[in-house]
Amino acid sequence: MSEPIAFFLDDQEVTAEPGESIWQVAKRNGVTIPHLCYTEMQDYRADGNCRICMVEIEGERTLAASCIREPAPGMKVRTGSERATAARNMVLELLVADQPVREEAHTTSSELWGWADSMGIDLSRFPRHESAAPDLSHPAMAINLDACIHCNRCVRACREIQVNDVIGMAYRGHHAKIVFDFDDPMGESTCVACGECVQSCPTGALMPATMIDEKGIGKPQPSKEVDSICPYCGVGCQLTYQVEDNRIVAVKGKEGPANHGRLCVKGRFGFDYINHRHRLTKPLIRRDDAPKAGDIDIDPGNPFTHFREATWEEALEHAAGGLKKIRDAHGGDALAGFGSAKGSNEEAYLFQKLVRTGFHTNNVDHCTRLCHASSVAALMETIGSGAVTAPFTEALNSDCFIVIGANPTENHPVAATFFKNAVKKGAKLIVMDPRGQALRKHATHMLQFKPGGDVSMLNAIMHVIVKEKLYDEQYIQGMTEGFEAMKAHLENFPPEEMEKVCGIPAETLRQVARDYATSDRAMIFWGMGISQHIHGTDNSRCLIALALMTGQTGRPGSGLHPLRGQNNVQGASDAGLMPMVYPDYKGVAIEENRKRFEGFWKVDLDPKPGLTVVEIMDAIHAGSIRGMYIMGENPAMSDPNGNHARDALAHLEHLVVQDLFLTETAFHADVVLPASAWPEKDGTVTNSNRQVQRGRKAVEPPGEARQDWEIIQHLANGLGLGWNYGHVSEVFEELRQAMHSITGITWDRVTRDDCVVYPCLSADDPGSPIVFSEEFPTPSKRGKMVPANIIPPDELPDADFPMVLTTGRQLEHWHTGAMTRRATYLDSLEPEAIATMAPVDMERLGITPGEPIHISTRRGIIQAKARMDAGIQPGMVFVPFCYAEASANALTNQALDPFGKIPEFKFCAAKVERAAVADAAE
Amino acid sequence: MRIPMAEAYEVATFYHHFDVVKEGETPPAPITVRVCESLSCEMAGSEALIAALEDGRLGPDVRVVRAPCMGRCECAPAVKAGLNDIGHATPDNVTAAIEAGDIETHRPDVQDYDAYVAEGGYAILNECLAGKRQREDLIAEMESSNLRGLGGAGFPTGRKWKFVRMETQPRVMAVNADEGEVGTFKDRWYLERRPHQFIEGMLIAAWVVEATDVYIYLRDEYPGIRETLTQELQKARAAGLDKASRIHLRRGAGAYICGEESAMIESIEGKRGLPRHRPPFVAKVGIFGQPTLVQNVETCFWVPEILAKGADWFAGHGRHDRKGLRSFSVSGRVKEPGVKLAPAGITITELIEEYCGGMADGHTFKGYLPGGASGGILPASLGDVPLDFDTIQPHGGSIGSAAVVVLSDKDNMKDVAVNLLKFFEDESCGQCTPCRVGCEKAVKLMSGGGWDGDLLKQLSATMIDASICGLGQAAPNPILTVLRYFPEDVS
Repeated sequence: MSEPIAFFLDDQEVTAEPGESIWQVAKRNGVTIPHLCYTEMQDYRADGNCRICMVEIEGERTLAASCIREPAPGMKVRTGSERATAARNMVLELLVADQPVREEAHTTSSELWGWADSMGIDLSRFPRHESAAPDLSHPAMAINLDACIHCNRCVRACREIQVNDVIGMAYRGHHAKIVFDFDDPMGESTCVACGECVQSCPTGALMPATMIDEKGIGKPQPSKEVDSICPYCGVGCQLTYQVEDNRIVAVKGKEGPANHGRLCVKGRFGFDYINHRHRLTKPLIRRDDAPKAGDIDIDPGNPFTHFREATWEEALEHAAGGLKKIRDAHGGDALAGFGSAKGSNEEAYLFQKLVRTGFHTNNVDHCTRLCHASSVAALMETIGSGAVTAPFTEALNSDCFIVIGANPTENHPVAATFFKNAVKKGAKLIVMDPRGQALRKHATHMLQFKPGGDVSMLNAIMHVIVKEKLYDEQYIQGMTEGFEAMKAHLENFPPEEMEKVCGIPAETLRQVARDYATSDRAMIFWGMGISQHIHGTDNSRCLIALALMTGQTGRPGSGLHPLRGQNNVQGASDAGLMPMVYPDYKGVAIEENRKRFEGFWKVDLDPKPGLTVVEIMDAIHAGSIRGMYIMGENPAMSDPNGNHARDALAHLEHLVVQDLFLTETAFHADVVLPASAWPEKDGTVTNSNRQVQRGRKAVEPPGEARQDWEIIQHLANGLGLGWNYGHVSEVFEELRQAMHSITGITWDRVTRDDCVVYPCLSADDPGSPIVFSEEFPTPSKRGKMVPANIIPPDELPDADFPMVLTTGRQLEHWHTGAMTRRATYLDSLEPEAIATMAPVDMERLGITPGEPIHISTRRGIIQAKARMDAGIQPGMVFVPFCYAEASANALTNQALDPFGKIPEFKFCAAKVERAAVADAAE
Repeated sequence: MRIPMAEAYEVATFYHHFDVVKEGETPPAPITVRVCESLSCEMAGSEALIAALEDGRLGPDVRVVRAPCMGRCECAPAVKAGLNDIGHATPDNVTAAIEAGDIETHRPDVQDYDAYVAEGGYAILNECLAGKRQREDLIAEMESSNLRGLGGAGFPTGRKWKFVRMETQPRVMAVNADEGEVGTFKDRWYLERRPHQFIEGMLIAAWVVEATDVYIYLRDEYPGIRETLTQELQKARAAGLDKASRIHLRRGAGAYICGEESAMIESIEGKRGLPRHRPPFVAKVGIFGQPTLVQNVETCFWVPEILAKGADWFAGHGRHDRKGLRSFSVSGRVKEPGVKLAPAGITITELIEEYCGGMADGHTFKGYLPGGASGGILPASLGDVPLDFDTIQPHGGSIGSAAVVVLSDKDNMKDVAVNLLKFFEDESCGQCTPCRVGCEKAVKLMSGGGWDGDLLKQLSATMIDASICGLGQAAPNPILTVLRYFPEDVS
């Protein structure tokens, strides 16, 4: 049925769209029927259980729940009949009977009490039910089931929206109650603390701990709400900061195209890092008596052992002066800058402009080098664009999708919810990862291949597609090039042979090939398990070829999507925060581009591409780079072979660090400039979906901390650039002129709409979420298939270092931990360094869970607590890199992918021992 | 297993017959003695029995658990010692059974497959399967027999078959053998005697609607029947009688609400028995989303006999202008309780006198439940109302599954109503507010002194109007009928 349905609502003829409920039609027509179990929150289905939305339908024996009932043609509905009103009032009275007294309600914004007010009911004539004891076992959420009305919203939140499957409605009748897992205390359950339940609860039974006092009484509603974007991952969730007295007290999900109102634990509960006592509030200058050393350790709470406070004037003069001195004495190539994927587009643009026009070098890079540089290299080479071809929400339109080398439930938790939703809708999910991970529970196929076996596995799958002629001949003819060579190349990768390399049975490889290739709409998502290898570019080439030969791009539900890591890694890259490209990926080595930007910026530019992150560290050791400006990056923690990186930083003649905290990188600084955190600034960020979104300032920065763009401008002017930007909006407008693909996105437009997707070429262009339907932006207009051969990892296990170390992130912590280790709730959920291992290895090495172990490689040694993980393959150890006290990157190998210049974080040879044994041996 | 912990826990804690034993917890005693506390058994002294059994005489290996109606009301009080059903239970005979280790079910002595075939059974089904019968003819025959759904709702059987046939294929069938309405034991009665007549009727219905699969949802309280059916169904399968429709015997786990057809379907799907919203009706969207014919055991039971003897045979019975036969489950204060096959439309007075040997000694007829816990409580003064579908409604009750509990001058109607509402309170699935909270509040209000009639009436009106399913909609019937007919018992 697709015809509108005409029916009568309170004697008025109205029409319903197919699928619309009586409640929704009534709302559209100005009648808001009371509702509790029904919520207008995006994607929540009606459940019809609370019965407070009852209406009378002529000719029916009983009343109907308007939230779940769809009108039929000619139906006569009365929303305010005596019967319906009596029933609604009675339902409310029944629910009110068991609520805590209103003065002691757990929330001051209870929907239940709101309806009670508007329905004129404040007392119940019914005797009270015995009330449940509070559950305060979780640090971030308070559970008071005495206010529970069994509306089931939290169950839907947990099971259907976020698909974390922790909350249930157990027992029966009036004994029914909300439970976590097996009726465990929330804090001991498998809850991942996304807080969706808290957001959906209409009565305060589930509350953020920050919004409730020690007696369990709800705090007053915060006086200010500011809409912004989450500062953590590349998903780009929209959120609303709730602010009281210049402090963020809570965070709510806001409905944006990338998150539909959902958040994860970091976005919802990881906001108080900005108030941490370590926060820098005054500029610091290194003390004359504080020499630098790679292994220096400074208490970030007490920088005065090595630094002294300075005025902004002195600090800026010292900072700019040091850089200028090196530039003038040794030339621009003796300087380099690391900008940040955590800053705004405007900051990224200004930063690279400063380096290019002020330092006169292209030595500017940021952590994209460490995450998706190889993906971008492969994408640029094959399809002419480094961004995704479709948003991750297209998984919902997909029949089959691959998630490879990505662990989205931990690293892109809200994107993962859409993946799980897609599976619930019937899509096939193929997970490929050497590590078992949470998504496998939802997968049709879990291919837990041998570490480093990516290319062999993907080539075998493509071999099957060629052999069984599952490719899309028409698409190949019309849209691609290189298929014949690819076909010949793939001859050498039969599944039976590749099974020996990648460890996946040939028959499984065949089935996966068929599932992907024969699906009407199929999509590929990947993460750093693909990119962080010396063959990272080859891995991506395989994925791209797979999509091209099967015609799985350019349509809804199809496409290629590297899941971008940082909240603004897409935008920072777009803005030119990379050594080889100007804004909009215009190569610096191409004269036409250089001329254009020389004209645009009115200055001569360095014609040669600059150095990348790891190359810059090497160049410091080599003595060719002498000074650096690092804003919001922490290479001391995030670069491979961390001791080597720290030695490099200590070796610099002049280092200016601009950050929120005295990071491990700032230990080596000459000047430290106190910056502003994301909730303290206005600006735009661009997420993994190419959605440009508007962040807004919610609170003032502490002390003398300043806006980053202003600090950059001060330094630029210290270098003689004479900038005069008055507001970030002016910077955005300049970026817009520099970046063709966002021409249609004005500051005013993104401020009005919160989100605009690019490419967007004019004011009335809605933007294109799905690209390359007709042609690719390559010289030939075709997508190119590039064959890849099997290259072993750089450092293979041997007798001395018999295991494989792989690194990554954890749900609760972000990147190097600078923010999340200082976020109260996140750090209390995961407070100490861990390493995960397979049960058999732990048994073999005599390690009990929780015991300290030593993990060592040729480059370093760390100590962490062992954690058992049945998803880890025997022979592997996984270490998250967020713990300063056990920095995983002290261990990693700096060998680079030749194209993307990305280091091999995902594979090196390591040794694991019980700490007790290792100590005894020393 | 990909079932999340919370979902497993939800299901496990929903049903009476699962015990959740967590790691490190002591499991319950190995033997469970269930004592029925529903109306007929309470009237027969179940409270005193429970008190006696709980005094430690049964030893540490036995726990005593209160249970809702077990469908053995004719021999109240009923007890299940392990799986052994003990009728007219006393502390002594229960103790003796435990001491003798007599805790397994005693299989009923049924008419087996061979005996049924010998008397001509399965002839009609075989004709159907051989294509010698027309589906439309069978539907017409059912329609003229006036056979209606005997689970309680009374939907005309022929019409239901016709409706289900109009839905898209594949279609399936479910048989509701979850007889749980207080006072009802007729389905048990037939299954314990002539299971094949039921099986044949079921398979004929399945053939008519072209159901690929038939699910029999049998209540867990009937373990003897389960064993027998398992064995006899195997014989039917061996004879190829399931060639058009695969047969699945599904076991309940103790939940009255699963007798509600959509809750039963949820339970068959492995979930909690939460009734679904309608529309869509199960005939359109039933088991695993497929159009589903749901029939009660007894309805199926009559199908072969009606087809063999003709629609007129069945419709020819009846009294007081009503048509057909009804199987009354009679318990309470009568001399000879049991299943009484009587003409539809018979009055309670006639039923007691002609079929039940009159009132029990020392008891004077005061009132009756015409249709179990859901059907309300009528006074002796309405002893001349014909007992059939549609005839009781004007008096504030319904016949439902024809579970007749006879009450006497020794019974206080307030106690009766509280017993019934406690049953609903325990058995409500908890999904919707009017039923979950309404039953709980009603019990609290009714258990005190005099009743607040106005408040109870207002509450009842909302439960009737706004509950999702029949349980909550019918639960106030005892309240309203007591207020109407026995005000002196609650003032």
